[in-house]
Amino acid sequence: MAINWFKYSAPSTFYGLAGKLTPWFAWPAAVLFAVGLYIGFFVAPTDAVQSEAYRIIFIHVPASILSMFLYLIMAGYAALGLIFKTRLSSMMASALAPTGALFAFISLWTGALWGKPMWGAWWVWDARLTSELILLFLYLGFIALQASIEDPRRADKASALLAIVGSVNVPIIYYSVQWWNTLHQGSTIKMTGTSMHVAMQQSMFTVLVACWLYAIAVGLSRVRSIILEREANTQWVKELPEVKQ
Amino acid sequence: MSMSEFFYMNGYAFYVWGSYGLALLVFLVEIAMVRNRRKQALRQLRLMNDDGEAA
Repeated sequence: MAINWFKYSAPSTFYGLAGKLTPWFAWPAAVLFAVGLYIGFFVAPTDAVQSEAYRIIFIHVPASILSMFLYLIMAGYAALGLIFKTRLSSMMASALAPTGALFAFISLWTGALWGKPMWGAWWVWDARLTSELILLFLYLGFIALQASIEDPRRADKASALLAIVGSVNVPIIYYSVQWWNTLHQGSTIKMTGTSMHVAMQQSMFTVLVACWLYAIAVGLSRVRSIILEREANTQWVKELPEVKQ
Repeated sequence: MSMSEFFYMNGYAFYVWGSYGLALLVFLVEIAMVRNRRKQALRQLRLMNDDGEAA
């Protein structure tokens, strides 16, 4: 079966496709959040060192991973839009920015609530925490820059440059725990294996997949609105049944 | 494990439920924002269409 993928890079065709796909990501996300948290709270045992406080990990780690990956995907789309002038790529970058920012915020918030009982401080200017905070500012800068430039094409170009330059921060976050002496602990999950209890791993990975599906669902829904806003003057938008009614 | 024991989280209730509570709130707010943005976009388009027909 031959699928013409380029067809879907046109906003007019992607609008419909994104609408059809959204529920297929949204509902599994809801189910996996429930399953992951059930395992995290009722199957995973109490930690010998951190007692029940460690259960914050089941949202903290997935949110942090998403905040970093979404940034790279956003920067990738922004770069595609900049190089190939594909409108949809720039719209995808704009659609992902708020979700990435929110995941970065969840990561910092849950980190503060975990740091307080374990380290005795809500916040420390440690390399890992500081670089994650910079990530949040990069997202906010991207959003603010786009909002401040009237012409969407120029806004796309300027914000794409910001996103691309800012992407050097992502490996810095990732390797910060190795490069510097940080209060933040190193990765629990390594290529060579992990010391984590199986149920803890299952919970974390299930919530991670749920977060991915959630981000895709929200991104697809948001890009549909962006397409409507930016293509407002086109005939196909005027003829949409949801517009005509 | 009783219900109250579960919610007590061995003394870490504030930190654990504060984390999950905020995450849930963020997700719900974002979903509401996405829905609202679509509503606004469609309303704007319908207004533009009406103006076009009137002209």
